[in-house]
Amino acid sequence: MPLSRPAADDIELELFIQALQLRHGYDFSGYARASLKRRVQAVAAARQCRTIGELTTRVVHDDGLLPAVIAGLSVPVSEMFRNPSVFKALAAEVLPVLASYPHINIWQAGCARGEEVYTLAILLEEAGLYARCQIYATDFNDAALAQAQEGIFPLAEARTWSANYLAAGGQHSLSDYWHARYEHLKLDERLKRNITFANHNLVADGVFCEAQLILCRNVLIYFTNALQDRVLGLFRDSLVRGGYLVLGNKESIAFAPSAAEFTELDAQARIYRLGAAA
Amino acid sequence: MPVPSTAVVIGCSTGGLQALSTVLAGLRGDLGAPVIVVCHRGQDDDGALLVELLARASALPVREAGERQPVEAGVVHVAPPGYHLLIDAGGCFMLSADPRVRHVRPSVDVLFEAAADVYGDGLLAVVLTGANDDGADGLAAVRRAGGYALVQEPAEAIAPQMPLAALERAGADAVAGLASLATRINDRCP
Ligand SMILES: C[S@@+](CC[C@H](N)C(=O)[O-])C[C@H]1O[C@@H](n2cnc3c(N)ncnc32)[C@H](O)[C@@H]1O
Repeated sequence: MPLSRPAADDIELELFIQALQLRHGYDFSGYARASLKRRVQAVAAARQCRTIGELTTRVVHDDGLLPAVIAGLSVPVSEMFRNPSVFKALAAEVLPVLASYPHINIWQAGCARGEEVYTLAILLEEAGLYARCQIYATDFNDAALAQAQEGIFPLAEARTWSANYLAAGGQHSLSDYWHARYEHLKLDERLKRNITFANHNLVADGVFCEAQLILCRNVLIYFTNALQDRVLGLFRDSLVRGGYLVLGNKESIAFAPSAAEFTELDAQARIYRLGAAA
Repeated sequence: MPVPSTAVVIGCSTGGLQALSTVLAGLRGDLGAPVIVVCHRGQDDDGALLVELLARASALPVREAGERQPVEAGVVHVAPPGYHLLIDAGGCFMLSADPRVRHVRPSVDVLFEAAADVYGDGLLAVVLTGANDDGADGLAAVRRAGGYALVQEPAEAIAPQMPLAALERAGADAVAGLASLATRINDRCP
């Protein structure tokens, strides 16, 4: 049975959330508590705090700590061509429709260190569409955005990513798109030419473009049902009629009232379309 | 649907399919607690195969644990590949794409710690065969919260490291052979 009296660390977590909001204006109240608690505990432990309460005190008094806290609460974990079948489905079901637009706007929300947005750029390049695309890659973690902009990753990832790329139906070798040097790989500068990286907080910021496609994978899982609903509303308002939304492989939007406006196009790949099928 | 007050969590790795099949086959068909399973496996697997294989052996229905779905008594819920599985205070599953913990995702430690938070002394945690030390810290958290710790006899496990690590770091309320684990679970559940 869920304990009837809140545990001490759960109370501390709520106070931490309030303190971040009051002192720094960052609102984490819409984050799912089970996973948020683990991350706050990890940040506390990394700062030698024995409890979340100790971390709260430090966060309130030391403004310099904020970037590290935000970086610690964000989860910039990703892969190129993560879940290859999703990108195969995108190429087969979505790109042919996007090809009918003279100019294509794509918003990738929660871009982490850029693994997924470079994946998109390659996919579009190979479909012959990239020249017509503008991709907005956004995240609320500035440190991750700066790394995304650089496009440099550990070489140790190369094997998994190359295998993902081939499984997704890639036409060349993924290594054609990077230069390997000193245990790192640097992605081809040309892949960046139509990408704009920007800080955008899904909790606080609003509509900034009209997109034909939005990718937001493995971000909504961190939000409560109420915040998921708000963000889905934001996606609806940012999409053209008939625009596409792609979510993470195990994500479910069944609990969000705003989901009613989306039609499921591919259940496996979690591809949705705004409005009834055109 | 009332949130069950008792729950069973099981963690395993190498040799896990075989061990799990034996345990699930021996559970009561009217078990009044949910059974939640983390079993490490290959990356590309979409999870459907493991669910199917376990369903063949199990006395209870086996399903993949669904994001935001309620934890149900009398059902075996299996963690999907590639995500950590947690439980929220309202008794629903929550997934996370957080980094691997001790090189694995889903992690037994993450499930056990989240479940210990929610079920406290109503939790029964089982560590089976595996070639790593995942689950040891989680089992310690379960015991701190008053839960019951059951560990497979390492000598008979296909890979003894996981039960050994659990015993070393957390200890156990009981150590038992595969043949008697199901009975022990049955006896402690409503
Ligand atoms: C697990 S990563 C997902 C990366 C990639 N989309 C994928 O699926 O591989 C989650 C990302 O969401 C970002 N994020 C979390 N909360 C956010 C918010 N409120 N606004 C914008 N980005 C957020 C995190 O900073 C992190 O980079």
